[in-house]
Amino acid sequence: MVPYGDSAFLVELPDLAAVIAFYRGLVGAGMTGRPEGVMDVVPAARTVLVTFDPEVLAPSDVLAWLSGAEPDHSAAEPGRAVEISVAYGGPDLAEVAGILGISEADVVRRHTGAQWTAAFAGFAPGFVYLVTDGDQLAVPRRSTPRTAVPAGAVGLAGEFSGVYPRSSPGGWQLIGTTMAVLWDSARPEPALIRPGDTVRFREA
Amino acid sequence: MGIVVLDPGPLTLIEDLGRRGSADLGLSPSGALDRKSLMLANALLGNLPGAPGLEVLLGGLRLRFVTGANVAVTGAEGRVTLNGAEIDLNQPVRVPPGAVMAFGPPAFGIRYYLAVSGGIAAPALLGSCSADLLSGEGPPPLKAGDTLALMHGNGAAAVTDSAPAPPPEVFRGVFRRAPDPNSPIALRVDRGPRADWFDDASLRRLTGQSWTISPDSNRIGARLLGRPLRLNRTEELPSEGAVLGALQVPPSGLPTVFLADHPVTGGYPVIAVVRRADVDLLGQARPGQRIRFLGAIGA
Repeated sequence: MVPYGDSAFLVELPDLAAVIAFYRGLVGAGMTGRPEGVMDVVPAARTVLVTFDPEVLAPSDVLAWLSGAEPDHSAAEPGRAVEISVAYGGPDLAEVAGILGISEADVVRRHTGAQWTAAFAGFAPGFVYLVTDGDQLAVPRRSTPRTAVPAGAVGLAGEFSGVYPRSSPGGWQLIGTTMAVLWDSARPEPALIRPGDTVRFREA
Repeated sequence: MGIVVLDPGPLTLIEDLGRRGSADLGLSPSGALDRKSLMLANALLGNLPGAPGLEVLLGGLRLRFVTGANVAVTGAEGRVTLNGAEIDLNQPVRVPPGAVMAFGPPAFGIRYYLAVSGGIAAPALLGSCSADLLSGEGPPPLKAGDTLALMHGNGAAAVTDSAPAPPPEVFRGVFRRAPDPNSPIALRVDRGPRADWFDDASLRRLTGQSWTISPDSNRIGARLLGRPLRLNRTEELPSEGAVLGALQVPPSGLPTVFLADHPVTGGYPVIAVVRRADVDLLGQARPGQRIRFLGAIGA
C-alpha cells in the first residue's frame, strides 16, 4: 500500500483479477464495515485507490480497514448481472474476424458466449472496461482512432470489450451497436454497469 | 420568483462540495474549487457547509433578485455592487427584492463564491448539485435569461451530507484573502506514488524552482510552466486512480495539478501531491502567478 498524499492510499495488486476481487471485497458485503470518512474506492488496471477525508478519518484507520479486507473472488451478486442486446455488424467486425482468423459469426459467438466482468471505469461516466477469462477476442486498437464513435457502439481493444455511453472520439474496434443506455443522469442509478458487475451480450 | 441571470460573465457555475463515492463510475468529484470560500459563504448565512452556491469566474456576473434574500460573497476580491453601491465581502448582506447585483473584475484571486440563504436549488446527481466540466454532468453553466430558484431552510435538502453547519462564530473575524497575484503561492506537497519514476535532479527541481500557472489551466487541472522534469523510466504506466491535488507529469515534463473536475484515472506518473488543505489556493491562482512547492519528496 502506497501513501498517495495526505488523503489517499494506492493498493498495488498483481493483476486485474486481484483488483476486481479486492474492490468487491471493499464495496460489496464489506460496505457495512466501511469507516465513515472513506470517500472513493477506484479500481484500475493494477491498483485500487482509496481516498478519505483526513479531517474525519486517521490514515492508520484506513490502513487497518484495507489490511483486514477480504478479497471477494465469487461471481457478482445475481442482482448485478447485466444483459445487453447488441445488433452485430459494426464497421470493424470484418477486420476483427480477419485479425483473429475466424469468421464474423465466430466473433459474435465468442462475444455472446463469454461472461464478462466490469473491471473499472474510465474516460466517460458509465464507460467500463469489461474483461473475460482467456483472450479469445484480443485485438489491437485501430491504428487511426475515429473522431466520432456513436453512443451505444460496442467495441474491442486489447483484452477489453466496452460500450460507448456517449458519442466521443475513440480507437476501439467496433463490432456492433446496442440501444441500451449506459449512462442516464436522470436514473436513480445513472450507470447501467458498475465495476464488479457481470455482463452478457445477446444478439438482437 | 428567484434570481434572474442578466449576464453570466465568462463562466458562472452552480457548485457545492462535490460528489463522493462516484469516482468508480467514472465521475469526477467536482465541487467548488475553493471549498473553504464556499463553506465560509454558507456559514455566514447559517447554511449547511455544502449548500449549493455560485462559483463566479473573473466577475462579469449580473443578477436581478426578484425575491429578496440574504447573500454572502467570498473568495476572490473585487468590486461587487448592489444597485450600484459596493457591498462588503465576507459578510452577510441583505438583498431587497428587485435589486441588481453585479460582480466586477477581481483584483485578488479569480473565483468569487456567492451563497444565498437556503442555497441555490438545482437537481442533484449522485448526491451533489455541482457542475462538472470534464464530463458535462451536473447543471450547465449559467446563461442570460436563466432563473435560479432558492431553497428554503438551510440547504439540507440539497446535500446528502447532513453534518450541521459550523456556527458562524467560527469564522467571525476571519478575513480570507485570495492570494496576492504578485507574490508566489506556497503549497505543501507530499511524495507521490510514482516519485521513483523521476531522477533525483527532477525531485529537487520540483521544490527548488518556482513554477508559473499556465493560461491553459481550468477546473480540471492547473497546468504549470517551468524547467521540465525528467522521467527516468520509459515504460507505460497502467492507468491508475488519481486524487485531487495530484501532480501528474506527462512526457513534456510539465506537471498538471489535478483540481476538482480531474479525470478519475490517469496514465501519467504522479510525482507529488498537494496537501488537501492547500489545493483551494490553486482555485484562486491567476495565469502567470508563481507557485512554490514546499516539502521533502526525495527518497
